[in-house]
Amino acid sequence: MNEHDHDDQHDHAHEPSDPEAARLALRAEALEALLVERGVVRRESIDAIVARYENEIGPLNGAKLVARAWSDPEFKRRLLADARAAIAELSLPVGDTATPIVVVENTPGVHNVVVCTLCSCYPSSLLGLPPRWYKSPPYRARVVREPRAVLRELGLELPETTEVRVWDSSAELRYLVLPERPLGSEEASEAELVELVSRDSLIGVAPAGAPRER
Amino acid sequence: MSADPLGALGPKAPPRKNGELQFDELWESRVFGLTMSLHEAGAFAWGEFQAELIASIGAWEREYGASEARSDARPRGAGRAAPSPTSGAGFHYWARWLEAFERLAARKGLLESTALDARAAELAARPAGWDHPKR
Repeated sequence: MNEHDHDDQHDHAHEPSDPEAARLALRAEALEALLVERGVVRRESIDAIVARYENEIGPLNGAKLVARAWSDPEFKRRLLADARAAIAELSLPVGDTATPIVVVENTPGVHNVVVCTLCSCYPSSLLGLPPRWYKSPPYRARVVREPRAVLRELGLELPETTEVRVWDSSAELRYLVLPERPLGSEEASEAELVELVSRDSLIGVAPAGAPRER
Repeated sequence: MSADPLGALGPKAPPRKNGELQFDELWESRVFGLTMSLHEAGAFAWGEFQAELIASIGAWEREYGASEARSDARPRGAGRAAPSPTSGAGFHYWARWLEAFERLAARKGLLESTALDARAAELAARPAGWDHPKR
């Protein structure tokens, strides 16, 4: 967040064509200014948190966790039994670690997908902030009722024989999907495996990627 | 931050520090940081904010979004297709977040809504170009 961004944003917010966008921007600006003046919050701490979530905490953490689980069966066992303890073994730059996380494993017969039906609960400590679509009303409402159709629309066709389990996140409990290890990745190193784990595969709306040709 | 320079790589791009830019507007990131900062300082429990967020999102969906968002609702027109799982047209997540935070701040005695209204009106009255001082 630098001064240049500031200028751009002000220009944008003052576009008369979108009064609602301008109203929201002014309200947020007023909110921050008043709380700073009253000594409730410091601008520097807001800056630091935004920078942390934009630059440090992200899906790479979840990908490292999965790559370790694929490489080390004992770690995988610990991860599925007590995710928080297993996560602590890897020194990752994670966010809030207070909220319990449960890791659910995909197998040839079971596919897991994660949603938050009421708002936007998400394992942010491992994946960063949720993508836009995860917060959208259609995804939140529909994936519970017709997960196969939603997954198909997102490009993931599952065999009829695969059981689909939908996990509804909450403030008390977050879910992370352990995707299936891609076929053909038997020779890959742990570092190479990290590259195969996309954010979407950790939410359960995509498979882990196939390894590159060698 | 208005464009989405990472979007071209698509959702299945290799993991990166963050999968996509989260904020379309500067104020969205400021309100997010403000909320997290106050929470980390112990001003409120996360569940208190979350309850406000759920209420704000729920109210919006009841007013505008329910039939759009739920495919089992009665379609308004014959042959109406189910909405895309990722569209959510008209839904503005960070506006709901802002509203939730305003209510929580008022309830916690941090900021009265009258003071917020007054300051926002003052800011709106700034002359054009106020943030581009002449040299």
